[in-house]
Order: sequence, then C-alpha cells, then structure tokens
Amino acid sequence: MLKRFAGQAISVLAVLAFSFSMLAQMVPAQQPPPAKTRKAAPAPRRDLSGIWETPDRMEGISPAGVRTHAPFTPLGANIANNIFKPGDGPRKVPIGLVNDPLDSCDPAGFPRDLLFELRPFQVVQTSKEVLMLYQYQQVWRRIWTDGRELPKDPDPKWYGYSVGKWEDDYTFVVETVGTDERTWLDNAGDPHSSEMRVEERYHRVDHDNLELTVKIDDPKIYTEPWLARDKLRLTLMPADTDTMEMICAPSEAEEYKKTMATPLSK
Amino acid sequence: MRNKFLGVFIAMCCFLAISVPLAAHHGSAGYDMDKQLVMKGTVTDWLWANPHCFLKFDTTDEKGEVAHWAAEVSNPIDMTKRGWTKHTINVGDQVTVTVRPAKNGASVGQLLKVTLPNGQTMIGWNPAVR
Repeated sequence: MLKRFAGQAISVLAVLAFSFSMLAQMVPAQQPPPAKTRKAAPAPRRDLSGIWETPDRMEGISPAGVRTHAPFTPLGANIANNIFKPGDGPRKVPIGLVNDPLDSCDPAGFPRDLLFELRPFQVVQTSKEVLMLYQYQQVWRRIWTDGRELPKDPDPKWYGYSVGKWEDDYTFVVETVGTDERTWLDNAGDPHSSEMRVEERYHRVDHDNLELTVKIDDPKIYTEPWLARDKLRLTLMPADTDTMEMICAPSEAEEYKKTMATPLSK
Repeated sequence: MRNKFLGVFIAMCCFLAISVPLAAHHGSAGYDMDKQLVMKGTVTDWLWANPHCFLKFDTTDEKGEVAHWAAEVSNPIDMTKRGWTKHTINVGDQVTVTVRPAKNGASVGQLLKVTLPNGQTMIGWNPAVR
C-alpha cells in the first residue's frame, strides 16, 4: 500500500516537475505576478513619466532570449541557423564562435533593448514627443507624438523611427519602422529584417504599475506576427532614483575578450 | 527500478527548469559546471568593467611554479547589488578563490566566491541577483 502511494506521489511530482520545466522553456512567462495587496493610487491620465523597472529581473533581462516566436520563413531560418551565432538559446555555440554584435559593443538596437537587458529606464514626456532613456548602454529613443506619420521609406536606424499615440487615457501605443537589420532581437540570435514593424503597448494599470506588450510583425523573417512581450509588468521607481551608468566601452570589451573569452575558446 | 528511473527523471526536469536562466549572453558553456577549484593566490588585477568584471591572480604550486589565473563575475551594476565595489579587492591582496574552471583546462573560470585578507567572504557568480 505504502509502496503504491509512494509510486503515485512520485508520478504526480514528475508531472509537476515536467510541467514547470516546460513552462519555463516554452510559455511566454511574462504573465504579471498576482496583484499587490496594497492598493496603488489611480493612474494619472496620459502620463508615463517616471523611472520604470521590471520587478522580475530575470525575466526583464531574459538571459535565454525570447521564449517563443512565430515560425521562421526560409530566409529567417537561414539567418538564424547559418549566420547569427549566439551565446545563448537553442542555437548557442561555444563562446569563441559567438558573433553577437553586443560583444564588440555595437548598439543593442530596437527592439532588443526591450527584449534583453531591460533594466531601469526613464520616460520623459514633452508636448511633441516621448523620450525613453535606458540605463543599459545609456541610450535613448524619441517617439514622436505630434501627429506625424511614419516615414514611407525610412533609412535604417539602430533604434528605428517611432511615432506614438494615446489609444485611451491609460494606453500608449508606439509604432516603429526603419530598424537596422544588423541588430538581433535578443541574445538567442533571433533575427529581424529592416521591414519589421513593431508595436509597443504601454498600459498603465495604476499609479505604480505598467504593462508592456511588444508585437513583432516581420513577414520576411516570421510567418506571422507574434508577441515578444505579453503584459510584462513594470513598476514605478522612486522619483529620486539615481540610475546607474552601464556602458559598453570597446577597450574594456577587448580586454574581456583577450583575458576571458579567447582562452576559454581554445 | 521504476522508482529510480522516475527519481532521475524528476531531477532532470528540475535541472532543466533552473538551468535555463543561469547564463549571461556570453553563456556558461565553456565552464565545467560540475567542478570547483579552491586556490590561494595573490591578486594581480581587479577589473571593474563591462561586460563582466574579472579578477586576475597568481598561484604558486609546491614546486614554486606560478600560474596566472583570471576569473569572471557579472557587470559592475549587478556586482554593486551584491555588495561589491571597485575597491573590494586590491592588487597584492592574498585571497582564497573558489572558481568553476574552464572545460578546456585554460586558467580561467567563473569566480564563485573569494575570501579577502580581512576574512570576509564575498559571493561572486550569482546571476539570480541583478
């Protein structure tokens, strides 16, 4: 009897362990944690000002890259399998073969800055634009809010060309085109083309909480649009937070490569 | 026998569940995750830099031969959250270092912890704290 119970218990544990494992690897795990017990003040209207960070730091920084994405087109599969050599994710290679542009301090670019190393960032609003100031690599983006249209044939830029508008009083939607296809989507080496269109939705739940959803639409690389972030929870940091400097200096990166990466690759 | 198989299966599932997040974008593939070395050495450099900080130190074996080691941790921001500073370690310090060494035998590793001359032990490689 005892043995049978033990066997059943182990089976249940096995199923649970397997489920957790699969959840960790297959499901976009950006579901926000349960609502806080303390009720936050209501959200201000049409205002994202402040310094935001994700409370789930592992999720925000996403060491394993995005968890799922739409299937690759043949072109996307070729780039992912034969050209990009990441240090992480399902196609990771030994460190000496990695060709991640971040290793030589190239810009992370957009939207990789949202999908990897999303550390604290500050939102500044003016009458005609929203500025996003990112701690990681100490870079910033301008999102025009003066009613202009997206350019029809934009020159590629590391951080693209963005326009935004308020869908309602608490949801700010940003459309971005004109990104530089030298950048990766994440540290797993998922590619994109310069024809990619990205939609960011910032939904202010209350004064202290924001949800970020990022949709990738790139028919050259992916067979259908997909969500790279699904309601990733962001929390408001104290207004006097002194965000830290996090710059990739080429000389320091070279020293790291010479001392650590090269010996590790031999 | 069946129970033993299930036990191994559960252990593998748990390992998969926790191992995925434990890598930075440079990856941990080059390190031997099953091995740790404890060494006494003299600090020759402590680089407080991106993308990763790293410690250089020399060890001397019983025959008097000196080996030059380098062991990495995370970036300055993550290390600051773990209580480290640029001045935590100084050139010339006599330290005891625990590293996860390279698989290929090179004298490099992940710096798991270091005991400083004042006896304080600092935890190094810990990607869960960012």
